[in-house]
Amino acid sequence: MTDRPDPDRLLSRIHHEEARSNRAKLKVFFGFAPGVGKTYAMLQSARRLRDDGVDVAIGYVETHGRADTAALADAIETLPRRRTDYRFTVLDDFDLEAALTRSPKVLLVDELPHTNAPGGRHAKRWQDVLDLLEAGIDVHTTFNVQHLESLNDVVAQITGVQVRETVPDSVLDRADEIELVDISIEELLTRMREGKIYGLEQAKRAADKFFTYGNLLALRELALRRVADRIDAEVRTYRETNAITDAWSTNERLLVAVGPAPGSARLVRATKRMATRLKATWVASYVELPAVKPLSDANRGRLETNLALAETLGAEIVRLTGARVSEALLDYARKHDVTRLIIGKPTHSRLKDLLRGSLLDEVVRGSGDRDVLVTSGEDENAPPVEPHSKIVAAGAPRWPGVVAGLVLVALATIVGHFGRALFNPADFVILYMLAVMLTAARFSRTASLTASLASVFAYDFFFVPPFLTLNFADARHLLTFTMLFVVGATISTLTIRIRRQEQDARTREERTAGLYVLTRELATADTRDEVARVVMSRLASAFHRKVAVLFPAGGDLQSASRDLTFGPQELAVARWTLDHGRPAGVGTDTLPGAQIVCIPMISDVPRGVIAMEVGAPLTTEQRSFVDVIARQAAVVVERHALADEARSAAIRARTEELRSDLLSTVSHDLRTPLAVITGAATTLRDAKGLTIEDHVSLYDSICDEATRMERLITNLLEMTRLETGVEVKRDWIPVEELVGSGAAQVDLRGRDLRVAIADDVPMVAVDAVLFPQAFVNLFENAVKYTPAGTPIDVSARVSDGRETVIVEVSDRGSGFAAADGEPSRLFDKFVRGDQKTVAGVGLGLAIVRGIVEAHGGELTAENRRGGGALFRLSIPLTGEPPAVPTDERPL
Amino acid sequence: MTVNAQRVLLVEDEPQMRKFLRAALVAQGFEIIEAENAAEANIRATTEPPDIMLLDLGLPDMDGIDLVKRFREWTRMPIIVLSARGRETDKVAALDAGADDYVTKPFSVGELLARMRVALRHANAGTTTPEQVLTAFDLSIDLTRREVKLRGVEVKLTPLEYRLLVLLARNAGKVLTHKQLLTEVWGAAYASQTHYLRVYTAQLRRKIEDDPARPKILITEPGVGYRFRDS
Repeated sequence: MTDRPDPDRLLSRIHHEEARSNRAKLKVFFGFAPGVGKTYAMLQSARRLRDDGVDVAIGYVETHGRADTAALADAIETLPRRRTDYRFTVLDDFDLEAALTRSPKVLLVDELPHTNAPGGRHAKRWQDVLDLLEAGIDVHTTFNVQHLESLNDVVAQITGVQVRETVPDSVLDRADEIELVDISIEELLTRMREGKIYGLEQAKRAADKFFTYGNLLALRELALRRVADRIDAEVRTYRETNAITDAWSTNERLLVAVGPAPGSARLVRATKRMATRLKATWVASYVELPAVKPLSDANRGRLETNLALAETLGAEIVRLTGARVSEALLDYARKHDVTRLIIGKPTHSRLKDLLRGSLLDEVVRGSGDRDVLVTSGEDENAPPVEPHSKIVAAGAPRWPGVVAGLVLVALATIVGHFGRALFNPADFVILYMLAVMLTAARFSRTASLTASLASVFAYDFFFVPPFLTLNFADARHLLTFTMLFVVGATISTLTIRIRRQEQDARTREERTAGLYVLTRELATADTRDEVARVVMSRLASAFHRKVAVLFPAGGDLQSASRDLTFGPQELAVARWTLDHGRPAGVGTDTLPGAQIVCIPMISDVPRGVIAMEVGAPLTTEQRSFVDVIARQAAVVVERHALADEARSAAIRARTEELRSDLLSTVSHDLRTPLAVITGAATTLRDAKGLTIEDHVSLYDSICDEATRMERLITNLLEMTRLETGVEVKRDWIPVEELVGSGAAQVDLRGRDLRVAIADDVPMVAVDAVLFPQAFVNLFENAVKYTPAGTPIDVSARVSDGRETVIVEVSDRGSGFAAADGEPSRLFDKFVRGDQKTVAGVGLGLAIVRGIVEAHGGELTAENRRGGGALFRLSIPLTGEPPAVPTDERPL
Repeated sequence: MTVNAQRVLLVEDEPQMRKFLRAALVAQGFEIIEAENAAEANIRATTEPPDIMLLDLGLPDMDGIDLVKRFREWTRMPIIVLSARGRETDKVAALDAGADDYVTKPFSVGELLARMRVALRHANAGTTTPEQVLTAFDLSIDLTRREVKLRGVEVKLTPLEYRLLVLLARNAGKVLTHKQLLTEVWGAAYASQTHYLRVYTAQLRRKIEDDPARPKILITEPGVGYRFRDS
């Protein structure tokens, strides 16, 4: 080896270190028994931190009534606890939500393995701590060696006390710093006797069971070794970085076979310890045999527990399928470079091995150069594993099958009786086998075995001399009977197996077909709601449960279902799932008390949550089905999100373009009047020798330009208002008043306004403030583009179909030049006619169109016959104007 | 300039607006007292009772409309509201709460002075005997004889038209909201039937205006109400 460190390894270490320095730190005060002084040590270190000005708070500290500890704790800010009323008592517990809200730099949380009082976010305190770390809060905590998951059974063996509250090894591995709190056993026992640890009375009792010298010695050794292992690892890391090369152990990979037996849990823990010692990665596998009956629910549950245990201990979980367990295991081992296989000691009888073949034997033979370790799997106190469930669903009566089998045998006998002359003895046997096979093809194993047995008797009774007795003359027949029974039994087994495989194939086929349909439906789903609908209908039909799909909307979660209602607790589950990208709710470790289970829809990031109301945890198969759907849906949602992004980018670009248009025109049109006003005002203030006429003309300029600017700003605001969607407040108003109040707001510069409104034009339902602005802009436009002294004409009539009122505003200007292009383009923003001399931003006509369209009408433009521009507004006639009581009686 | 100058309470939070109004109004012989907010306005109005108040609706400490209501509980002093464009609902609310008139920013001093003159004239009208003949341009309304003449020719009006015209003419120069007009002429039950008003003003205009589409006497204040212009 060279003296240069492996760059890849170095890089990975740097990444690791970077990740470490950025993330929150976990410090563990680690001890071998209660009373060694962990809490005290933690509080002391917290005091020092506080004195250094670090923001430290106590999330939860249990002083056990020890005065010195309490005194230490008093000096540090203590967060409120969560109180839960539980079965007539009030439980005090760590309040995660309060801690997250307060968010100190460092938080003290005592007793990591503690099980939370019901109603909290998580079942276990260590899960709370992981959330805290994720939220960027440094955590200091305490725990004892006997609570470490992988040492759980070792501790149980040593002390005879089964510790129920355990912490996954990964949590301790995650710790950035471990401080071993150690005192001598003699001292601990002394403190114990003095009642410093528990109360005196409690102390006596505890001492009998747990605090024996031997126990403590063993526990202390375990704790020291554990910390030493870690220091060892740290030393190695140090050596790597400092180019101290060392014989690196070969990459070991362990594979442990896990089953539903409770002993499997011990097997898993043993493998974990071995993997840790060997610095090896490890895999826990379960082999599913499609040809064999599925596991009962109870066994399925135990299997899942064992696999979950392996996962928390850091194993990779694989589910294999194959015809034989040994084949599947060996196949995986070969493909994935497994160096050691760990298998439990067999507990069944040798006979079973003889009949079915021994797993152990097969694995050992096929293992090649791999080591095979066989360790004691079974725990004698554990409840026996339930036998495999029967193929006929439990509860369904078996006797109809038995009766049918017997009837078939009777039929075979009758056929044999009538065909006696034609058949030779072997044919009778075939006849009975047919009866057995037909029974097996349709009914249970019991029925087919009964039929086999009945066949033997019927054959003997009717067709073996002496007839009509169960005696037989020839010993040869005994062989025939045995063969008949064995062949019958074998046929029934095989037939039933084929049936099961066929069933499995059908189930798989159905699921594949279902997924295919799902994929197709999702492909055509255009919106997120559509995706939700597809997913909900699929899951609802598969599980017959209430299902909802939730998507993040703003800072909130939005449910796309009306069946499933979300209380605060359900929402909390869904939110947690979305935030952490992990399942929560029923059957998981997080918020298991909820009524629902939430599965995240992940593609890169969680895109949404599937929530389902369930009574019991989902089985593995159901979970994987939901997972597949969730994944598929997430991909589609991601695709939509990307498409939306692209679309909004296009809109942004267009808005950007518009904005720059606006800026260039507006800046010119705003600056000109401002320049005039500033110029005129400064002249008036500073210039000497101005005549009265000069004064007047300068004042006039200021007023005119200010008016012009006001008009421009009004138009810009008006345009913005129209574009963001203006609320039209409709009133019934005569057209004459609309035109009139528009005209009153414009200085027509002496132009004649000629209004001709047909007598049958009714009142129109428009906005009394907004609509006159259309006329204001049209008249201003006319004033701008026509020579002084020419008239402006306004006419109004009802359209032929009496659907709209048509108002035309025409002038005698130059009209639209061909160069202006399509006249309708004039209604776009910032477009002006071909007269460069005319001031204005070109918003006026866009505003007119905006107003008319907001009322459901239309605006068109054309050249007036005889010269000039003609604008035509249509206002829809919606409903009859309300009646107004007449008052014709003269005064 | 009179010795007993009329006192104007100017309630406005923008210093620049106050500066310009102070200059303009002092030049016209008014005495000015200023307030930046509603609290100050209350104090100043009670310690130095003004003849007229100019009130900006956007005050920092209180809704201007509420301030109008509060003042109307104890004083009949004319209140003219200064408001921004596009806030028609605010204007109507202020007028219905008891304000006398409004000007929309930006406004010219001439416009403001005209409104103030009208408001002060109506406030002092109680002390003089009411006129029996009201005139505007070529129109005259003889209240005792219930006769309306345009250029000396009698105009036939229906009773409702007459009541509407007289109501507007008596308040010449002052804006009246739809609600005020409907309540007075038709009754409180009809306060929201603005189309009655629109139909009757249209009829009136056809009888008394030279060009009903460009009225010079019955002026529409869009979204607010109507104003009778007599000069």
